Amino acid sequence: MISDKFLYTLFLADNALILGHRNSEWTGHGPNLEQDIAISNIALDLVGQARNLYQYAAEQYNNYRDELSGLITSPAFNQVQGPIDEDDLAYLRDVNEFRNNLLVEQPNGDWAKTILRQFLFSCYQQLLYERMKQSADLQLAAIAEKSLKEVLYHVRWSGEWVIRLGDGTEESKRRMQEAIASLWKFTGELFIAASFEKALASAPTAPAASTGAPGSPMETSLAGLVPAPESLKETWLEKVAGTFRLATLDMPANSWMQQGGKDCIHTEHLGFLLAEMQYLQRAYPGSEW
Amino acid sequence: MKMQEAKNHITDIRAVDAATQQVWQYLEEVTDPEVPVLTVVDLGIIRGVITDGKSAEVTITPTYTGCPAMDMISTNIRMVLASHGYAPVTIKTILSPAWTTEWMTEAGKEKLKAYGIAPPNPKQSVCTPEYFHREEAVQCPHCNSFHTHMISEFGSTACKSLYRCDDCQEPFDYFKCH
Ligand SMILES: [Zn+2]
Repeated sequence: MISDKFLYTLFLADNALILGHRNSEWTGHGPNLEQDIAISNIALDLVGQARNLYQYAAEQYNNYRDELSGLITSPAFNQVQGPIDEDDLAYLRDVNEFRNNLLVEQPNGDWAKTILRQFLFSCYQQLLYERMKQSADLQLAAIAEKSLKEVLYHVRWSGEWVIRLGDGTEESKRRMQEAIASLWKFTGELFIAASFEKALASAPTAPAASTGAPGSPMETSLAGLVPAPESLKETWLEKVAGTFRLATLDMPANSWMQQGGKDCIHTEHLGFLLAEMQYLQRAYPGSEW
Repeated sequence: MKMQEAKNHITDIRAVDAATQQVWQYLEEVTDPEVPVLTVVDLGIIRGVITDGKSAEVTITPTYTGCPAMDMISTNIRMVLASHGYAPVTIKTILSPAWTTEWMTEAGKEKLKAYGIAPPNPKQSVCTPEYFHREEAVQCPHCNSFHTHMISEFGSTACKSLYRCDDCQEPFDYFKCH
């Protein structure tokens, strides 16, 4: 279905945008100058990814308006005249239309929590993009290929910090352990397919079929366009457990997981984030600087 | 596309008619706003030129996904070509194959060094997944010493890391492999 791919593209874009925005809240407030610059650079990478993905989503929307227009109901969005662009998708949708994972919208907390959030997410994103760069959808594949190089830096940087803090002082270890206790429950939904993912995902064992022809992504069979999220879970757990071991941190036991992000049911934090992020475009539509 | 094929492709698209070569020459006037000694051609981000001598279509690829200089580079390409009488000027952006520092010209690397930025090491040593792994020694652009160490993986812009020379003690930017 065309709508599944549109929602999936939005889901990827929302994850990148919201985490990028969260990281940007550190700009000027980092624990020291080098790490302030590091987290700001990661924010920039993620917002750049989001832009590419929203541009692709906007292209789908403009090409298949009849099929897709019912999916976004926010009044501000529906006031846009003519073709939409990436900014309309970022700034004019309401909180109950965002599909990002709950993990990325969680507040920064202290440095340990920010680091852990980045690490858990970047490990997931690396596995996702490694598979997605073989997608039969050439644009999704190109975005994954381009982003992956940057994501590898994010994984290493955040993983090194997890180790440094976990195996650091009593205080830093306590804070890492608290961060794990607070964020772990949001990792479950990364690996549970939403309906749009189910429709697009390949079977876990079969490689994505490469039947796409340039310029006709919509005519391609949509099955096998994206990896099934369940298929990423085991490798992700291994990577996280291995890093926690080096960091002398306790791996959490299997426990209850909160979900809903991909179906637009969010924690209370996302609304506040969007209020700040979207304020200017909502108050002064179309303003530029 | 494999690296070598991509490079051959660049050579191929440049070895064409005089009108196209003329546009490539004009593109040498467009510099990277963040590293003003490098032209867009030095950077290796021009992926194609189509022109009939009147209008021009230039295809570019971003260095980094979120590189804020890309919009400015597009505008500057447009302005330079317009100032030479081309109309309309179209800029297309492609993401694949993804840009790598291997596409930077040798002339570009020399200009970087003269400017005080260590050029990317020739060997493609993109981020290994191992923790606390460091890539091979980076040469100080000031005194040529290899006794240098990384201060921060992320430098003043997305494309650079911050280093310091243990011999001359000067800090310097390293245009990191990508
Ligand atoms: Zn030196």
